[in-house]
Amino acid sequence: MIPFLILLLAAGPAAPPATDTAAPPPVQRLAAPAGVKAFDTPNDQGKSITLRWSAGDALAQAWLVERTGPEGPKVISTNAAGDIGYLDEDVKDRILYAYRIAAVAGADTVWSGPTPAVSSSPQVFNTARMNILIAMVVFFMLVVYYIETAKKGKNLFVRRIAGLDAVEEAVGRATEMGKPIIYVPGLGSVADLATIASLNILGEVAKKVAQYDSALLVPNRDPIVYTVAREMVKESYAKAGRPDAFKQDSVFFVTDQQFAFAAAVDGLMVREKPATNFFLGMFWAESLILAETGAQTGAIQIAGTDQVFQLPFFITACDYTLIGEELYAASAYLSREPLLLGSLKAQDYGKLLILVVVVVGSVLLLLSKVPAFSVFSHIAGFFNIN
Amino acid sequence: MKRNVPLAICLGFGIVMMVQFFVPHPISVGFYDLTTKWVRIVSAFALVLGVGSFLMYHTEKLRRRRTGWLYSIVALVAAAVSTVVGLAWGVKQTSPLQNYIFTPLLVPLNASMFAILAFYMASAAYRAFRARTKESALLLIAAFIVMLGMVPLGAAIWHRLPDLAEWILSVPNMAAKRAITFGVALGGIATALKVILGIERGWLGGGKQ
Repeated sequence: MIPFLILLLAAGPAAPPATDTAAPPPVQRLAAPAGVKAFDTPNDQGKSITLRWSAGDALAQAWLVERTGPEGPKVISTNAAGDIGYLDEDVKDRILYAYRIAAVAGADTVWSGPTPAVSSSPQVFNTARMNILIAMVVFFMLVVYYIETAKKGKNLFVRRIAGLDAVEEAVGRATEMGKPIIYVPGLGSVADLATIASLNILGEVAKKVAQYDSALLVPNRDPIVYTVAREMVKESYAKAGRPDAFKQDSVFFVTDQQFAFAAAVDGLMVREKPATNFFLGMFWAESLILAETGAQTGAIQIAGTDQVFQLPFFITACDYTLIGEELYAASAYLSREPLLLGSLKAQDYGKLLILVVVVVGSVLLLLSKVPAFSVFSHIAGFFNIN
Repeated sequence: MKRNVPLAICLGFGIVMMVQFFVPHPISVGFYDLTTKWVRIVSAFALVLGVGSFLMYHTEKLRRRRTGWLYSIVALVAAAVSTVVGLAWGVKQTSPLQNYIFTPLLVPLNASMFAILAFYMASAAYRAFRARTKESALLLIAAFIVMLGMVPLGAAIWHRLPDLAEWILSVPNMAAKRAITFGVALGGIATALKVILGIERGWLGGGKQ
């Protein structure tokens, strides 16, 4: 009896009996997706419906998208857990469709209620591009205003551009040395604005070449650019009163292969040892190959492009470089035509306007971080370009 | 008349294409696709002019025995062989044009020209990085930091050097690039407007009549 009592005491107090009042472990149930919205995709050409829903349920491992249309209900997509939107581009315009979204976790699937029926249709105006339209209208007004001002004979100041001032000197040098001038109007097509700008400069350069009685060589990569360049040079010689001095083979098509063109122009420079090289227009990886070869032949080099990545190469290897918009300003600068100068002035004021917008926008965005001025954060959205 | 018709076409299409940019309707998109096809067709016809110019230039050079006339023989023979092979066996992936001319000749020649760029970059960098003025000294320092920050040695010297290199690229460098881009965009719009309105007529051959 005594050992039994000792064992009983060693065992300690008896555990309390289980009661019915203890809380059962919580059972998490998969919830249906909330906030399901289906709407016609804005600013598109139709045949598209956008779906959005909320990822409130952390249990969902995937989402099912079901569409009900004239063909009946059909699961059209299975999205991953983080993918809470769907662009249905398999719909017909003006046909009503309803959608349901299901949250899926393991074997469980819980469907949302159907959305109101929605149809797609094309839009006639892209409202997301309203900011571009406003900027364009303002800029057009500036251009028209300054062109009208120039027409009235008002003297418009244009800052000096060293690269363009050097054109006369470069042509004169070629005449003195009795060596040709090579003009490369870039490797772009005639649809590129830089090529159009380059062709306009070619006209002015060719006029000076004709006046000085120098030789001009214009290798081309694009057949259409070649055709236009030939007409421009021919016309410039005629304008300068030297139509007889124009040589048909001075403007020629080389090849449309980028590096084959670069090799051909390099060869031309090495053989002809030109006094002056012009590289104006669109250039890509061949820019340095051309400019460095030209520099090694000892030619004066004037380059210009709107390709930001090629500018450092030209600045390094050429004597003068027209940076970005200076290329577009060149024809106005060289010809001094009032109408062209007017548009140049508008460009300057356009830049001033952009500067003001950037500064004001930056200040407002900084202020938007202060809770009282959070409304300014919407301003950023207006400057998004779609 | 010779100039007025192209100017009128340019004005009409310029305005229509500007409006098209803001209209996502299928009719508008279809019109854009159609005009893009027209450009391709016109380019194909212009290629004939290009080939004509190519033949004329090289035969003239050959006839007059101008400097480098031997290269003209290579150019003319290469053009003739490519044309004959292309017309006879087609231009498919398995055609002789691809197997014997394009893949083993043109591709490596293009790659070689591209590879030369590395040497030109070295010589151009040498010229650019000579600290003769304040600006070029600044360029030299910035280039030195960026180059060092891009290789493991830079991080070994100072662990913040890659961050500094990244900062130079993404702040002052990016600011300058964006300024140029703004200027280019405005210049482009102004040039387009001048062409559409017929103020800039250089593309017609320079005349005003």
